[in-house]
Parts: sequence; structure tokens; C-alpha cells
Amino acid sequence: MKCRRCKTPAVIKMPRHNTAFCDPCFQEYLLKQVERAISSGKMFSKEAPVLVAVSGGKDSLALWDILIKLGYETAGLHLNLGIGAYSKRSQQMVEQFANARGLALIVESYQKSYGLGVIEIAEESARPACSACGTMKRHHFNRIAMEKGFPVVATGHNLDDEAARLLGNLLKWQVSYLEKQSPVLSDDDGKWAKKVRPLYRLPEREIAAYTILNRIEYVVEECPMSKGAKVFAYKETLNQLEEASPGAKHQFYLGFLKQKEASFPTPPPAKQDETCRTCGQPTQSEQCGYCRLIERATTVS
Amino acid sequence: MQIKLYHPAREISIKGPKPVSSILTHLGLPREAHLVICDDMLVTEDAVISDDAVIEIRPVISGG
Ligand SMILES: [Zn+2]
Ligand SMILES: [Zn+2]
Repeated sequence: MKCRRCKTPAVIKMPRHNTAFCDPCFQEYLLKQVERAISSGKMFSKEAPVLVAVSGGKDSLALWDILIKLGYETAGLHLNLGIGAYSKRSQQMVEQFANARGLALIVESYQKSYGLGVIEIAEESARPACSACGTMKRHHFNRIAMEKGFPVVATGHNLDDEAARLLGNLLKWQVSYLEKQSPVLSDDDGKWAKKVRPLYRLPEREIAAYTILNRIEYVVEECPMSKGAKVFAYKETLNQLEEASPGAKHQFYLGFLKQKEASFPTPPPAKQDETCRTCGQPTQSEQCGYCRLIERATTVS
Repeated sequence: MQIKLYHPAREISIKGPKPVSSILTHLGLPREAHLVICDDMLVTEDAVISDDAVIEIRPVISGG
């Protein structure tokens, strides 16, 4: 198979574009896709620093690498979730990546902050692990961004993540979640850092190819808590559709973004006028979800 | 050929030469969810892998 552009041997076939690319042509294509996502979504500019949330997996490390190549000012943020060997290895990968490139990295450890890992915090507060983990990540991303002066937090969510989430929300007709599903979430009154997903146009196969071509080492194994998660079934189903009809995932998610305004009009934003009495972050009630979670987990019953 | 697989991490061997597309079909691995690495380089599905080669089949799906 030859590269469609330069006719040298191809390294990746991309049925959705009915094409194949060599290493340099593929990387050029990929960087352009990310640049396009950033500029069309008005995600951020080169004027202000971007906080990149890096887990140690392929997507977030690829994102950080790409943002640096595109010339953005960045710092990495890694949360060590305290999930045994998995978290240890994840932190090692992130530190190795940052050290090799001389990049600024902020690391916070749940074990150090609470004396508990995320699994124990979820258990103590009687919450499902992935839901507690999500609440905690959102809180810390926002807190650290605001404390350290980053107006934007970027995460490595890819096309498959977004399409799988959309499928899950549609299967349950969670219309209120649909209107919030967007690669750019900003807040007009500046209480929250803007949250962006610059990889939303790229399927994870292409992101994995990028990490392999750039010799970026990442944690291939999955978070032990994600075993049996529905997202895998959604992704598998979407990949079957993709093989039968190349471009299906792209049409599904990008089509949704286009249709969203007309089909699911944005209701007035939920009032977040309150300030959490414990942590000071904006919330809808007296105390935010994160602080209630931590209070339950750390109160001796 | 020797094949390195994940989830769980293991190594198997099958007879070569074989094109990448038949290896994936033989192992029941969907193309959209896997990449094949041979000699430190990505290979496309028409590449023929020799019997003495060592390859890695990398899953690309993650929990997100
Ligand atoms: Zn080329
Ligand atoms: Zn709070």
C-alpha cells in the first residue's frame, strides 16, 4: 500500500477517507485536524497557557505532544488516583514523558491528600467508583487551573469517547446530558476554567498510531475499575458500524454537533450562583458534590 | 511468527507467511480497534508477515 500523497510506503490505511498515508504525511494530517478543532471551536490561543490533564494513557500524552508541536504554551497536570500498581505506572509514564522534553508538570496524589485512594473514597461514600472519580477529577482540574492561573483545561477525549458517550445518552434518552455534550465548555462569569477536547475529531486508532510513530510510551493496560464498563460495548458496536460503513463514527458525532442547536435547544444554564461553603467553588447548593463526597468518605462512622 | 497480544498480555505463535488482514481475521480482532507493529514500525493490512517475524498487535480502545 502506498501513501496517497507522496507514493512512498504507507504506514496506516484510513478507510473513512478512502486513503492511506506514510509516516510524515499522516502526522501532518493529524496535526492539521487538531489545529482545525482548536481554531474552529475557539478553544484557546497562543497567548495564554493551557493546562493539559495527563493520565498516562495514549490520548492525553498524544494531546500534550501535539500541542507542543503546534507551539502552544502548556503545563501538564497528573492526578495520582491511588489505584495500586496501575496508578504508580501511570505517574511514571507521565513523568518520563515530561522529563524527556523538559516540560512543566504538576502532580497531585489522592493518597497524600486524603490518606485514601479513589476506590476507598468511593467505597466509604457509597458511590460507584467511576462516578466518584469523575466528580473528583472535575473538581481538581478546575481548582488547580484557577489557583495556578490557567484559563483553559484540555483533556484527551477522542472521537470514539465522544461517539460512545453520545450513543449511551441516546440509548437512555438523557436529553439534559445531550445539550451539555460539547468539545468546548466555557463559563461566562469566569468562575470555571474553560474545558476543551481538542482530539474530538480523531478516532482513537489514529491517536494510537501517532503515539507509536512518535515512540511515545504510555500505559496500554486499562484502569482496573473500568472492567465491564458499558463504554466498551458502545465502542465495539460503533467500530462494527465503522467497518461496515467507514466514516460512521464521524458522521454520528460531528452530525450531532451540527444538529444539536436545532434538535436539542439549550435550556437556560443551571444557576450556579451559590459558592460552596467548604471549598468556594461555584455550585447549585450550599455545598458542592465534591465536598459532600469527601466529607462522607473521611468522616469516621 | 511470534505475536504479542494484550488484555491479557500474552504471546502466541502462528504459521507464516501471512498478510496482516488474515492474521487479524484469524484471531478475530477487529481492524478498527487494533494496530499492528512489525520491526518497530506500523504496518498496513496488506503487508505480508514472514514466519520468522515478531509482531505486536496493539489494541487502541481505552475506557476514556
Ligand atoms: Zn506520504
Ligand atoms: Zn466544595
